[in-house]
Amino acid sequence: MSTENSSPEEGYLDMDLLRFTTAGSVDDGKSTLIGRLMYDSKAIFEDQLESIENTSKQRGDEHVNLALLTDGLRSEREQGITIDVAYRYFATPRRKFIIADTPGHIQYTRNMVTGASTANLAIILVDARKGVIEQTCRHSFIANLLRIQHVVIAVNKMDLVDWSEATFKKIREEFQKFASRLENIVEVSFIPISALKGDNVVDQSKNMDWYKGPTLLYHLETLYVGPDANHVDSRLPVQWVIRPHSDEYHDFRGYAGRIAGGVFKPGDDVVVYPSGFEAKVKALHTAEGELAEAYSPLSVAMTLDREIDISRGDMIGKPNNPPTVGQDIDAMVCWFSDKPLNPKGKFLIRHCSKEAKALVREVKYKVDINTLHKIEGDNEFTLNDIGRITIRTASPLCYDSYKRNRVTGSFILVDAFTNETVAAGMIR
Amino acid sequence: MQDYSVTHLKQLESEAIYILRETAAQFERPVLMFSGGKDSIVMTHLAAKAFWPAKIPFPLLHVDTGHNFPETLVYRDDLVEKLGANLIVASVEEAIKDGRVVEEKGANASRNMLQIQTLLDALEEGQYDAAMGGARRDEEKARAKERFFSHRDEFGQWDPKNQRPELWNIFNGRMAQGEHFRVFPLSNWTEMDVWQYMKAESIELPSLYYAHERDIVVRNGTILAVSEFVQPRDGETVERKQIRFRTMGDATITGAVESGADTMEKIIEEVAAARQTERGNRADDKRSESAMEDRKKAGYF
Repeated sequence: MSTENSSPEEGYLDMDLLRFTTAGSVDDGKSTLIGRLMYDSKAIFEDQLESIENTSKQRGDEHVNLALLTDGLRSEREQGITIDVAYRYFATPRRKFIIADTPGHIQYTRNMVTGASTANLAIILVDARKGVIEQTCRHSFIANLLRIQHVVIAVNKMDLVDWSEATFKKIREEFQKFASRLENIVEVSFIPISALKGDNVVDQSKNMDWYKGPTLLYHLETLYVGPDANHVDSRLPVQWVIRPHSDEYHDFRGYAGRIAGGVFKPGDDVVVYPSGFEAKVKALHTAEGELAEAYSPLSVAMTLDREIDISRGDMIGKPNNPPTVGQDIDAMVCWFSDKPLNPKGKFLIRHCSKEAKALVREVKYKVDINTLHKIEGDNEFTLNDIGRITIRTASPLCYDSYKRNRVTGSFILVDAFTNETVAAGMIR
Repeated sequence: MQDYSVTHLKQLESEAIYILRETAAQFERPVLMFSGGKDSIVMTHLAAKAFWPAKIPFPLLHVDTGHNFPETLVYRDDLVEKLGANLIVASVEEAIKDGRVVEEKGANASRNMLQIQTLLDALEEGQYDAAMGGARRDEEKARAKERFFSHRDEFGQWDPKNQRPELWNIFNGRMAQGEHFRVFPLSNWTEMDVWQYMKAESIELPSLYYAHERDIVVRNGTILAVSEFVQPRDGETVERKQIRFRTMGDATITGAVESGADTMEKIIEEVAAARQTERGNRADDKRSESAMEDRKKAGYF
């Protein structure tokens, strides 16, 4: 929260939003970095600081332990580790930020996938003493898989390698060699930092004159992040049908949902999938009035010029640009459950507003996420495994490829007996 | 190329409406927890928008500690009437009378913990399977780990180490008999977002949020309003000060701040310059480092 701005409202109403995720292995200083970003950008309040100062003192820590700001659960503080994804918020006069802070433990890949699913940018921490390690590759692979287009490699703990430019350059080269195979990542930046001492996080380092690039915060504030949303393929997944049953709105049937892609205007020809019924858009309603056009990610209620049977789970699109309608899904999945995938298991697939019974038809292969090679001869999916499967659904889904649309191309699998979310999927 | 950018407030609004509709669709008997605080007021406002021109398709539930500021109740009843909503009141006072809960003893006794059982009883009695709350992740460090759809076992407990992963905007509200969900449509909002949104939408608030003169005592560093529930103790002096409230809760624990901010604009300036979190004045959070986590695990909002 900025206090520098003379009027705090100025610009607030048209500020944009950057969602990023942070990944690193144990002790890479991730929580410290987030604490530092928030502390130096004055997003931390006095009582929060006082509370962690007391705890740090009590634990005998040498510095105020900024990691305590993000490690909110008792067992996290006791073990000094981050267990679950934590969401943090801060704003500068330029931008509002949502951070998904994800733990780096090997058993918590699922948290990293979760944090990455809503992010536009990933900060991957590398310990300057250790360089690019297996976990760095794994984090990058996941960022690429979830289609995060912007990556920052923050080379941390530069204070422990005498602020060495040679070390930094070596890490950059190592990473670039590896990253050339990650096709979805559009842009990678490298920044040498010390989260503990604050160098190049918010303020320019006085110890690394050789580095002429931006500080991490400046980079986050100014980076151009192209619109993540797809404004080409018009999609409205129907969540709920609004029927007021009042005298004033006697015949009103509003198909409510959040637009997942493209643009709708009154008068547009539309098709309801999977039924194939055609109609024209009568109006796009919100409580404040009708819209001249509606696009992602706005929530609206659409009315049509004729009565058609439409319910939750249906998809409204355009005639010349339909989604794929089908029951056989080819997807990359990440397995989230402690129990391995049972090929005879009963699942429910949730895709947009649709839920359907599903079977796993075939496990095609698993990927070794450290080397990016296919694993031959082992098709058992266990916790944190990533690979390609095909699914048969009991009723048709209306979908796009994940590459084309993150909303209509993603799904989760739910175990029909335990109700747990057991996998996240990205349609190919 | 046309500009399809959407401001962050509009994104937050659209997301909250999406969550409210998703809750109505996925659950059989959802209920919206209304405390009279600004977050639950904003949530109710968003619910009215999400289903417009129909009425809100679920009731509002007020867990009433019996220690209310009268202004809160007047505001609540007016709002319910305006929206044509259905209000259910779960009373801590009655739970005490029935012997379902026992009032805490001692100088700093509060009814905060008693709300938990009263709420769980009300959910069970009404067979509600989803309770929507206005909690935000920026409020408190245990809340930073919350999901939008947060699963509760048959005892109403939260297991923070074993939460369902939440990806993209797909929410899994499936559960077994007797379990329920807590749903938090404002998860991604900050205090500043809430204030800016109320201003942009011209949302009316109870007068307690604006600076006004009141008799107060200072207890354990917290400014408490003198009322029938809060009387000065030995050694405490009653002072008349210009104050306002940043959160709204039980009158015995909700601390005020000294302030001259008597308009929405002035409050926003004050929030921007604040160096204390809004819950910094809540005596209930000061009990221990993990006070909120412990209450949440037991079934608190």
